[in-house]
Amino acid sequence: MEQTNFQLKQQKTQSNDWSARLHHATRATREDWLGKGISYLCIGVIILVVASMLWFITSKGIATFTQNHVSLGKFLTGTDWAPDQGKIGALPMIVGSFAVTFAAAIVATPFAVGTAIFMTEISPNKGRKLLQPVIELLVGIPSVVYGFIGLAVVVPFMRSVVGGSGFGIISATFVLFVMVLPTITSMTVDSLRAVPRHFKEASLALGATRWQTVSRVILRSATPGILTAVIFGMARAFGEALAVQMVIGNAAIMPKNLISPASTLTSQLTTGIGDTIDGTLPNNALWSLALILLLMSLFFNALVRVIAKRGQLKHER
Amino acid sequence: MNAKRTDFLATVIINLIVAAVVGILVFLLAYILISGLPHVSWTFLTGTTDAFSGAGGIGVQLFNSFYLLVLTMLISIPISLGAGIYLAEYAKDNWRTSLIRSAIEVLSSLPSVVVGLFGFLLFVVKFKIGFSVISGAIALTFFNLPLLTRNIEESLSAVSRSQREAGLSLGLSKWKTEIGIILPVALPGIVTGIVLSAGRVFGEAAALIYTAGQSAPVTNFADWNPMDAASPLNPFRPAETLAVHIWKVNTEGLATNAAQLSAAASAVLIIAVLLFNLGARLLGNFLYRRVTASK
Repeated sequence: MEQTNFQLKQQKTQSNDWSARLHHATRATREDWLGKGISYLCIGVIILVVASMLWFITSKGIATFTQNHVSLGKFLTGTDWAPDQGKIGALPMIVGSFAVTFAAAIVATPFAVGTAIFMTEISPNKGRKLLQPVIELLVGIPSVVYGFIGLAVVVPFMRSVVGGSGFGIISATFVLFVMVLPTITSMTVDSLRAVPRHFKEASLALGATRWQTVSRVILRSATPGILTAVIFGMARAFGEALAVQMVIGNAAIMPKNLISPASTLTSQLTTGIGDTIDGTLPNNALWSLALILLLMSLFFNALVRVIAKRGQLKHER
Repeated sequence: MNAKRTDFLATVIINLIVAAVVGILVFLLAYILISGLPHVSWTFLTGTTDAFSGAGGIGVQLFNSFYLLVLTMLISIPISLGAGIYLAEYAKDNWRTSLIRSAIEVLSSLPSVVVGLFGFLLFVVKFKIGFSVISGAIALTFFNLPLLTRNIEESLSAVSRSQREAGLSLGLSKWKTEIGIILPVALPGIVTGIVLSAGRVFGEAAALIYTAGQSAPVTNFADWNPMDAASPLNPFRPAETLAVHIWKVNTEGLATNAAQLSAAASAVLIIAVLLFNLGARLLGNFLYRRVTASK
């Protein structure tokens, strides 16, 4: 009797213990909560940074229009930039930014695509051993060094070849061309490699030459990828500040030709923001330029997505 | 035959293009090293800068660059590690995750000058910390986070599923599996990414001009108490880095030998970045061999 009671008791405590254990988190579960907490916190920090960046720059950027009551149309189409006198036409900088961006992309794309074709189709071995490091080094060179070389080599060269001061859109284009080249090249290489092998084999089996295969099959099928690469390059060119600022001459006037000093959104920001007082019109106008940069960066992002989606649809069809 | 001649011509043109690209890099490196290295000396590397003209050595700037790099990495590695683990392990395939991914993409595609201006607005204008090491380090963190996070996520996701299953089947928590099993396997990729991003951070200037500032007050290198105003470790002092120095000497400097100065400083910067690139490759390979026990 005594014994069974004891056994019963023991059984009971044991079952209590089990239920307690089953209803409480184990060490592993608690670890998981901790881990989840940490990683959610980290991702939360990043989201907070992005959100506050968008919020602060937007709210600063629209102050020109809400507080200083400048009309948006005048800001975007005006050609006089003298914020101290209340003239804030941002068109010269907008035109300058787009001019250097498109010019750099147009010059760099043939070079990038040519290099990518060499790396994937003509000599993959040399491509890996020689060109891959070349591309990586070009990416690694800091933008101030590009700016310095632009200042020391490209500007004097332009001065002696086309005359003028040497500062201007064409010098900026030269510098940006080298800077966006590795971006466009490495992404083009990826998209050329992603072309299914049997496309190429089918074309060669039909008796097409290598160039016919490359130009009519591979490049065509990799077009969405190459476009994405070019847009990424343009985004980099559009946002590049110091290298451009050092060679473009920083004159906030409508660019009449490629060889006279001009300015871009980024160059105006780097030279101006330290000299203006927070909350005044000249300062707000600069933040509006920053807002344009931000919006363009979002636009390039969206463009890449649209292209990626359309490219996908094509392949699925 | 026409098609064959076109093919030949195209091949020749492509070869010329490649030669031009290689030529550009060779020219860039040769130009910087040849025009810069003769001016690099011990006094140049350790000397102080004349505050007015910008002439003189780059000792303080060099220290500032490394100090900022270390601080930036101290802040950004833990955050991006956590965020990378979230994306690789906890994130479900739904609209919220794709929103988070787009946010990271947006952050990584923002021009660095915009990131710098945000840092300027937040720390210098709003919090009134002024141009300081810490403002610069946080601005660089903003700029570094998306790339590092993506790199860590990719490295973690590349580890095979069976390793995860092995950990979970032993009764380990997901977190323990991730930290104890997956992370060590993914380490070579992560370290390579970190060192490469260090190279980028080291050469960045646009994000620093209005956060870490453009002046390098002479610091007392005998004083290592971070609370002292003259100490090199004080995180609240302005700190012009090497990259910012090159920009400043070229645009606002009054030094008569600006070209020589910036050539020499550029040479130092390039060599540092090259070392980072080389180090990334060697360290990655070494760790890969250690972790996978492959010879």
